[in-house]
Amino acid sequence: MPVFWIFVIITGLAAAGYVLGRGRALASAGGDQRNLHSLPSYYGSNAAIFTFVPAFLILLIWLVLQPIFISLTVQANIPDSVVPEGSTIGLVMSDVRRLADGLDTAVSQGVITDDYARSVRVDLTDIRARLGEAGVALGSNLTSEIMIAAQRFRSMTNTGNLIKTIVVLLIALGGLGYALSRTQKDFRARNTVEATVRVLLIVAASIAILTTIGIVLSLIFNTIEFFFLYPIGDFFGSLTWSPSFGGGSDLGVWPLLWGTLYISVIALLVAVPIGLFSAIYLSEYASPAVRSVAKPMLEVLAGIPTIVYGLFALLTVGPMLVDAFGDDGYLGLGWMQGGTAVMTAGLVMGIMLIPFVSSLSDDIINAVPQAMRDGSLGLGATHSETVRQVILPAALPGIVGAVLLAASRAIGETMIVVLGAGAAARISANPFDAMTTITAKIVSQLTGDADFASPEVLVAFALGMTLFVITLGLNVFALYIVRKYREQYE
Amino acid sequence: MTDATAGQPAARPRREKTSLLTQDGRTKRRNAAETRFKIYGIIAISIGLLFLMGMLITIISNGSRAFTQTFITMEVTLDEAVLDKNGNRDLADIRRVSTFGYAPLINAALENKVQDLGIETLLEDGAAMRAIMSASAAAQLRDYVLSNPDQIGETVEFQFLASSRVDGYLKGRVTRESIARDRNISSAHLLLIDDLMEQGTVERSFNLGFITGTDASESRPEQAGIGASMIGSFFMMLVVLALSLPIGVAASIYLEEFAPKNLFTDFIEVNISNLAAVPSIVFGILGLAVFIQFAHLPQSAPIVGGLVLTLMTLPTIIISTRASLKAVPPSIRDAALGVGASKMQSVFHHVLPLAMPGILTGTIIGLAQALGETAPLLLIGMVGFIASEYPDGFVGGFLDPNSAMPAQIFEWAKRADPAYYERAWGGIIVLLVFLMTMNLIAIILRRRFERRW
Repeated sequence: MPVFWIFVIITGLAAAGYVLGRGRALASAGGDQRNLHSLPSYYGSNAAIFTFVPAFLILLIWLVLQPIFISLTVQANIPDSVVPEGSTIGLVMSDVRRLADGLDTAVSQGVITDDYARSVRVDLTDIRARLGEAGVALGSNLTSEIMIAAQRFRSMTNTGNLIKTIVVLLIALGGLGYALSRTQKDFRARNTVEATVRVLLIVAASIAILTTIGIVLSLIFNTIEFFFLYPIGDFFGSLTWSPSFGGGSDLGVWPLLWGTLYISVIALLVAVPIGLFSAIYLSEYASPAVRSVAKPMLEVLAGIPTIVYGLFALLTVGPMLVDAFGDDGYLGLGWMQGGTAVMTAGLVMGIMLIPFVSSLSDDIINAVPQAMRDGSLGLGATHSETVRQVILPAALPGIVGAVLLAASRAIGETMIVVLGAGAAARISANPFDAMTTITAKIVSQLTGDADFASPEVLVAFALGMTLFVITLGLNVFALYIVRKYREQYE
Repeated sequence: MTDATAGQPAARPRREKTSLLTQDGRTKRRNAAETRFKIYGIIAISIGLLFLMGMLITIISNGSRAFTQTFITMEVTLDEAVLDKNGNRDLADIRRVSTFGYAPLINAALENKVQDLGIETLLEDGAAMRAIMSASAAAQLRDYVLSNPDQIGETVEFQFLASSRVDGYLKGRVTRESIARDRNISSAHLLLIDDLMEQGTVERSFNLGFITGTDASESRPEQAGIGASMIGSFFMMLVVLALSLPIGVAASIYLEEFAPKNLFTDFIEVNISNLAAVPSIVFGILGLAVFIQFAHLPQSAPIVGGLVLTLMTLPTIIISTRASLKAVPPSIRDAALGVGASKMQSVFHHVLPLAMPGILTGTIIGLAQALGETAPLLLIGMVGFIASEYPDGFVGGFLDPNSAMPAQIFEWAKRADPAYYERAWGGIIVLLVFLMTMNLIAIILRRRFERRW
């Protein structure tokens, strides 16, 4: 039975449990609500929770564990001789899985019968052609061992699914029975329900932790695997980046890191002055009318998706810069070879960061106590002198924090650099050269067709790890500074 | 701050006695500095607003062209001898005629049309002229015949898409110089188009196909539409809404109302604030490693995209939900507890309903962010998948491979044909219209329902 229907059935049982539990509680109190410990709906909810939650949890755990268990069992039965030279058992297993899926598709489309799928032998029939009719394409090496493994895989999956259906439904029914058997007028239903809800709330809050753990684990495991295939010293030591999927790649992180930092610096050079001056003007000079128009307008820039900025860089800013700085440009400088360059991506990313810098700085400037302004103005300083000599020094730690947060944004930005910065990894000082970044290379290494176990693909996880560590460090440091500063005036 | 007082009193400049009404040089300089400083601020804001305007103008001027398309109107005779040799209108027989079989009909129709209108052209026959029409014309004809087999033998008027070169010529993207080395079209074709245009056979009109249609192959930009990926985005947003709203609200309630001050709570708080700043591409790596490699969910499926975006939006929703829970004054809680409600009842019956407008506003803004997010979708395979078919059914909408709007725009931006750039800008207009609507709803919700205590 498909998972969806199991889910529908246990939801239905839970709904029935609600009605039954409520009715049973009322009946035990002789129909008079006042004789109950809790409100009637709590008895209903109690029955529903006992029906649904354990069954649903078991279903989830089963869904995660069954494929792992079956894979391990089937894998243990595949003889080593089946694994071709240069391949791994993992690749053979993905063939097995694909074949099993293919048989399932073919059976569901009625091209072959279930019995046929169970008993077919590769050496006797042309299963490839039969599956082709169902629109299933198979990998190159289809040996009888793989077929036997796939059939075992299918039969174990089918048995597992059957047991799963029975177990989950039994648990749902059992939970329902147990909850109903406890339902009578003195049962403290509210306390039970509230305790359960509280646990559910804690679980929801823990998802943030689970996500972080998920990120860290998925990065770490693949990064370690990468460093088994490729020496860690070369990754952090080499100055060239030239992946070749045939092998013998040079995967040094420095050209990418250089591109990333160069673009981020240009972006900050654009965003920080504009953002900071906008914030100062809006919070210190602008009339309420100007402020109420200009501030939301600037914040529109923050709401525009990064793909739009990327397209803007690729199709508008890039060609514009080439017109000015290119070989035939009207400035006649010949600095720029193509539209994609560090400058293109940096400028556009700077525009994207303006509202980020300005709204953070705005908050921080507004947090400087009015008494400091009044004191400075009272001594005869002009408004700008007050801003420069009193407000900015007081707000400096917060502004530094805001700039660091913006820097972490810039380093992690993907779409603008994928579209605007080019694909060539190089270390060069010319900001009009095409360079590439960590994020752009994560995308290009993971979206290719290469084999997932090769260092050229796995390097993306090492790059992701580098990125994660850098941005996390910047964020923690920036938040620390901002928080420390805030306490100063509170 | 001590520098001002540390100066030597002896060096104090002697001031001449002047009127307060005339400014001395120093005051003038200070006032000039003041004005300059103010102007810097105005310049900074103007630059920011200028960028915004520039972007909007670029988007609108480039993208609005994608909403019109060139169509060629002509009458096609659905020849029975070609389409249904046996003459029994058996669908199985008709289906056997491939799109290649339909091409001669179109060639003949085109040739007839040109002759009827009395247009002189250098092109000798219909087959040569057909470069002005989209390659999709034959498929369009075949679909029509398959759904109306009784029309075989009749002459029916059709509106076919013109080829993307012709469309580009009429929109000014393709010029006579630029096609000099183009094998697909020659200047004779463009002359023919000019004549047909005069006769009203070729015209540019609103292209609904761009909004509702599916993506097309690389060589047929005129046929590509954003409809299928819109559906993909819709199903992704359903997943995000269904997961992130309940989980986000539950997590915020726990952290704001119940959590004791201990290490575990602190740890959750630190995690949430860090997750909010993790680059989106890292969430893509997480999705690839956990949902696709580990859990074997189907690649390119909206459900995977939805799960990844849920994890991404959760911090946003949690932060805004906590803010609106915090805004509900403690007197409400105290009053509820005072009349005998349990802690849980006071939260769920009183605090949560009052905080709901704020929570919904935050959720809509989080959804808008998720809708425009591209980078994680690249890694789970939503780019590179050509969404040339609509998903079938409700479950298929979640599990069938599909694209999403921003992924589709990226896909178009990567293609070589400039005709696709126009489509990408057009796609951005559609995306921005959705985002603006969502933000407007959020603003209206806030204005209408938010309570100031």
